[in-house]
Amino acid sequence: MFPLGVGVETGLLQKMAGGVVWVAALLASMLAMERLFAGDYADGTLEQILLASPPLPVIVLAKVTAHWLLTGLPMALITPLAGLQYHLPLPAVQGMLVSLLLGTPVLSLLGALGAALTLGVRGGGVLIALLILPLSVPVLVYGAGGITVCLAGEDAQAYWLLLGALLLLAVLFIPWVIAQALRIALE
Amino acid sequence: MDVHWFRYASPATFYGLAGKLAPWFGWGGVLLIAVGLYWGFFQTPDLLTDQKQYYRILFVHVGAAWMSMWLYVVMVGWGLVGLAFNTRLSFMLAAATAPTGALFTFLTLWSGAFWGKTSWGTWWDWDPRMTSELLLLFLYVGYLALQSAIEDVHRRDRASALLAAVGLVLVPVIFWSINCPDPNQCSALHQQSSMREIEPNIRIAWLVTALGFWLYAVAATLLRARNLILLREGRAQWVSNLQEVRA
Repeated sequence: MFPLGVGVETGLLQKMAGGVVWVAALLASMLAMERLFAGDYADGTLEQILLASPPLPVIVLAKVTAHWLLTGLPMALITPLAGLQYHLPLPAVQGMLVSLLLGTPVLSLLGALGAALTLGVRGGGVLIALLILPLSVPVLVYGAGGITVCLAGEDAQAYWLLLGALLLLAVLFIPWVIAQALRIALE
Repeated sequence: MDVHWFRYASPATFYGLAGKLAPWFGWGGVLLIAVGLYWGFFQTPDLLTDQKQYYRILFVHVGAAWMSMWLYVVMVGWGLVGLAFNTRLSFMLAAATAPTGALFTFLTLWSGAFWGKTSWGTWWDWDPRMTSELLLLFLYVGYLALQSAIEDVHRRDRASALLAAVGLVLVPVIFWSINCPDPNQCSALHQQSSMREIEPNIRIAWLVTALGFWLYAVAATLLRARNLILLREGRAQWVSNLQEVRA
């Protein structure tokens, strides 16, 4: 849609591609987020999960992984197509793939935190976006920044390392925070 | 002497204490802000040309920026105390701090926009220092929105405290974006912190105003906490015995 909106100049599209792909990824992960725990919450499954013997953060991580497989991974897999549409050279397409693979899991984790905090609250979807967007800005900056560096033909390793560090931190801590948020919601 | 650490953790005792302390902090804050601004506007030496007098915005801007970050840390601190000790009052204090913090964040951005227009010729730039302050405003707004969305008070307090604690990861980013250890590695439109290089008179006025802002923030928080106590404890016996409630 973006090329139709802003015009089809090659230079302009190349410059925009990184940012556009990342905003699309953010919105894609946000769209399904409200439903992540809502169904389980409505029919009581979530209470059973809280009482189940496996640690809650592990179950949460499994649910978030499932969400990522359905939103983040497809986004990463269609990058070659997006690369063609935006006239990107091969290194930039590779960079886009790496940045999305590293960054979208973090978006899924953050979104799940928003979903857990706003569970069963009216206007939840909009609220998730408001709560989570400021926290996802670092991922967005490094993800889109790395693509831009690739486009300039330089080595973007520093960006990938930072994104990887964010991913590790997020996988370590956020499932635990989500578990706390779920316990608070169901008290 | 026995020290009762938790004596004022009860809303009933804290209500009176806050009522006694608030005027001191409030008038102290007004006095310090007045002295600081007077000193800053009239008692600093004229080193710069008339054109550069816009620098006096910093007497408001810097103090507000410090408070915007500090109040966020205070808010998270009270939230964590509440989560750890399960005290109702801590959550009320956290909730009472948030609007003042959001106000100071907005004041920072607003006074910064005036600075930017006169100094750099633009109201806004996507410079890391401004952007991170804008994110802080969104964090405050998100916290306030979550508070107003959840109806159950018990859950509201805990959920928003958890959210604020997660948002704390952004505060060091803001702090080090302005106090960057190596200036060569973080060039941006907004200048580095010039705390140490500045003329002593200017620094005194600036610190006095910042301290005044701090006292004002404490007073506003105490008064708001008193309102929250009345709202939430409205059915308690001690509230209906209060003079102002009877009248």
